[in-house]
Amino acid sequence: MDGCADDDFIELDGVEKVFQVRRRAGLLRRERREVRAVDGISFRVPRGEMVGYIGPNGAGKSTTIKMLTGILVPSGGRLRVAGIDPSRERTRLARRIGVVFGQRTTLWWDLPLRDSYALVRRMYRIPDGRYRENLDRCVELLDLGALLEVPVRQLSLGQRMRGDIAAALLHDPEVLYLDEPTIGLDVVSKAKVREFLREVNAEQGTTVLLTTHDLTDIEQLCERVMVIDHGRLVYDGGLAGLHAVGESERTLVVDLERELPPIEIPGCRTVRVEGPRQWLAFPAGSSAAPLVAAVADGYPLVDLSVREPDIEDVIARMLYPAGKTDVASGPGPTSLSV
Amino acid sequence: MAESLRSRAYHGVRAYLLIVGMWVRSTMAYRTSFLIMTVGNFAATGLDFVVIALMFSHVGTLGGFTLPEVAFLYGTTSTAFGLADLILGSMDRVGRRVRDGTMDTLLVRPVPILAQVAADRFALRRLGRISQGLLLLVWSLVRLDIDWTVDRVLLVPVMLLSGGAIFGAVFVAGGAFQFWANDASEVQNSFTYGGNTLLQYPPTVFGREVLRGVTFVIPLAFVNWLPALHILRRDNPLGLPGQVGFAAPLVALGCCLLAGLLWRRGLRSYRSTGS
Repeated sequence: MDGCADDDFIELDGVEKVFQVRRRAGLLRRERREVRAVDGISFRVPRGEMVGYIGPNGAGKSTTIKMLTGILVPSGGRLRVAGIDPSRERTRLARRIGVVFGQRTTLWWDLPLRDSYALVRRMYRIPDGRYRENLDRCVELLDLGALLEVPVRQLSLGQRMRGDIAAALLHDPEVLYLDEPTIGLDVVSKAKVREFLREVNAEQGTTVLLTTHDLTDIEQLCERVMVIDHGRLVYDGGLAGLHAVGESERTLVVDLERELPPIEIPGCRTVRVEGPRQWLAFPAGSSAAPLVAAVADGYPLVDLSVREPDIEDVIARMLYPAGKTDVASGPGPTSLSV
Repeated sequence: MAESLRSRAYHGVRAYLLIVGMWVRSTMAYRTSFLIMTVGNFAATGLDFVVIALMFSHVGTLGGFTLPEVAFLYGTTSTAFGLADLILGSMDRVGRRVRDGTMDTLLVRPVPILAQVAADRFALRRLGRISQGLLLLVWSLVRLDIDWTVDRVLLVPVMLLSGGAIFGAVFVAGGAFQFWANDASEVQNSFTYGGNTLLQYPPTVFGREVLRGVTFVIPLAFVNWLPALHILRRDNPLGLPGQVGFAAPLVALGCCLLAGLLWRRGLRSYRSTGS
C-alpha cells in the first residue's frame, strides 16, 4: 500500500538538518551561526535488519533518530520510513514505529506500569487479544511481573528501561528505534535487554536501529554498523570491517615467571613492560592462538589474558588516523575532549 | 480540509478524555487524599473572597459596587477561570517539557500533542475552585435585585462558557509561547491567575489604561466585566454600549482560533529547531 520495497524499509537520501544557533554578541547584537547537525546522510535499511548507529557525542545520532520518528523536520534531502514521510505524517507513522529514549521515559511518571500500558493500548487502538499476548510475552521475557503495580518513578533505571521497551512494543511496531537503550544499566539488566531485543528481531522480524556507546551491544546484536561523525556517515558495514578500517588491535597480556626484556615475536609488538608482565598488541582480525603458542614456546609463561579493543578507540582511530591523533590541532572542531 | 480538521478534533478530544480518565481513576484510588485536596483547593481559592468581604466590613461599596455585585463578578470569573483551569491547567508545563526533552516523548505517540499536554496530570481537585465560584455566584443571584429579562438570563451561562473559552485560549497561547521562551510560564500565570484576580474586582476601581488593555488587547473584560455591566445595569466606564457584552462568544471564538494558530506555529518551530 505504501509502495515500499522491503529492501528500502528505511530510506535516507542526502538528509540534512541545519540548526540556526543564535548567540548574544553584545548588548543587542546577535550572531547567527549555522550548525549542520546532519550533513547529507544517505543509507538504506532493509526490513528485519538490526543496525547499530554509533559515533561520538554530538555527531548527529539523536538528530537522525528524531528525524526518522518525525519529531524533527529535516532541512533537506529525502527520508522515508515504511514509505511514509515521517515529518509530514507523524501520527500515521507513530502507529508503526516504537521508540525508546534511554535518557527519558515515555511512560507516565506517576502511574503504575499497568496503567501506562492500558493507556498505550487505547491510544494505539491495539486489539484486545494482541495486547494481552504482547504484554504477556514482554512481562515474561523482560521479567516485569513484580513491577506492574509500581509507579514508574519508583522503578530503578534498569527496571524502567525494561518497562519502556515493553511499552514501545505493545502495538507491534515494524521498526524499533532505541537511543542508548543500555546506558547506565547494570550487567544483568543489559544482558536481559539484549536477549529480549534479539528475540524480538528474530521472531517478529522487527527492524531495529539502535544508538549506543557500548561496543558489546553492537557485537551481540548487530551485523551492520553505521558510524557517523560531524553529521556525515563515515562507515557503513560489518563490525569486523570496522576493526579493519580502524586498524584496531587486540592486546595479549602475559605474565612471565620473571622480569625479561621485551618479547620479540613477528606479527605483534610489545607495547608495555611492567615487571614480569608484558602487553603485546596484534591485529584484531587475526587469531590469538598462534601468538599464544609462540610465547609459550619461547618464554616461561605463567598466565595470560586477551583484551578486546574499545569501541571509542576503534572509532577514534578510524576518524583520526595515526599522525592526526593530536586532536586539538586536527582540522575543524574535531576534538573529542572539548 | 474541513474533514481532516473535524477528524483531528475528534481524535484530540478522544485522546484527551482517555488520558484524563486515567488520571481520574488514579486519583480516585486515594479517595481521602482527593477529598482533602479538593477541600484545600476550595478553601485556598476562597480566601480571595474573604479578602473582599473583609474590605466590605470597612466600606459600604467598592468602586460603586455593593458586596453582592462584587460577589457576582467574583463568582462569574472564578467559575469561568475554574473551568479553563480544570481543562487546560497543565499548559504551563510546556516550557519545562521542552527543556527536559520530554516533549519528544509526546511527539512519537499517535495522538495530538495539545491533547497530551493539556490532559497531563489532570487535577480533579481543581473542582474546588469551580464550586466555590458557583457557590458565590448563586449567593449573589439570591441577594441581587436584578430585573431579569430573557437576554439577561441567557447572558449568564453564555458569559460563563465564553469566559472559560477566553481563559482557555490564554492558557493555550501561553503554552505555545513557551516553545520560544521556555521560562515564560510565569508570564502566562500573570495573565491567567492574575487576570482572574483582576476580574474579581469592579472595573471602576482600575484606571482607563487597564480597562482598555483588557478590552481591546487581551480581551479578558469579556469574561465577566462587560456582560456583567449589562446584567447589573451599569454604565461602561469606557463609554461602550451595554450590548457589547453579547459579543463575548464571538470574542471567545476569535481568541480560540488565534490560540490554536499560535500553538501550531509554536509546535512547528519546535520541530524545526528541536529546542
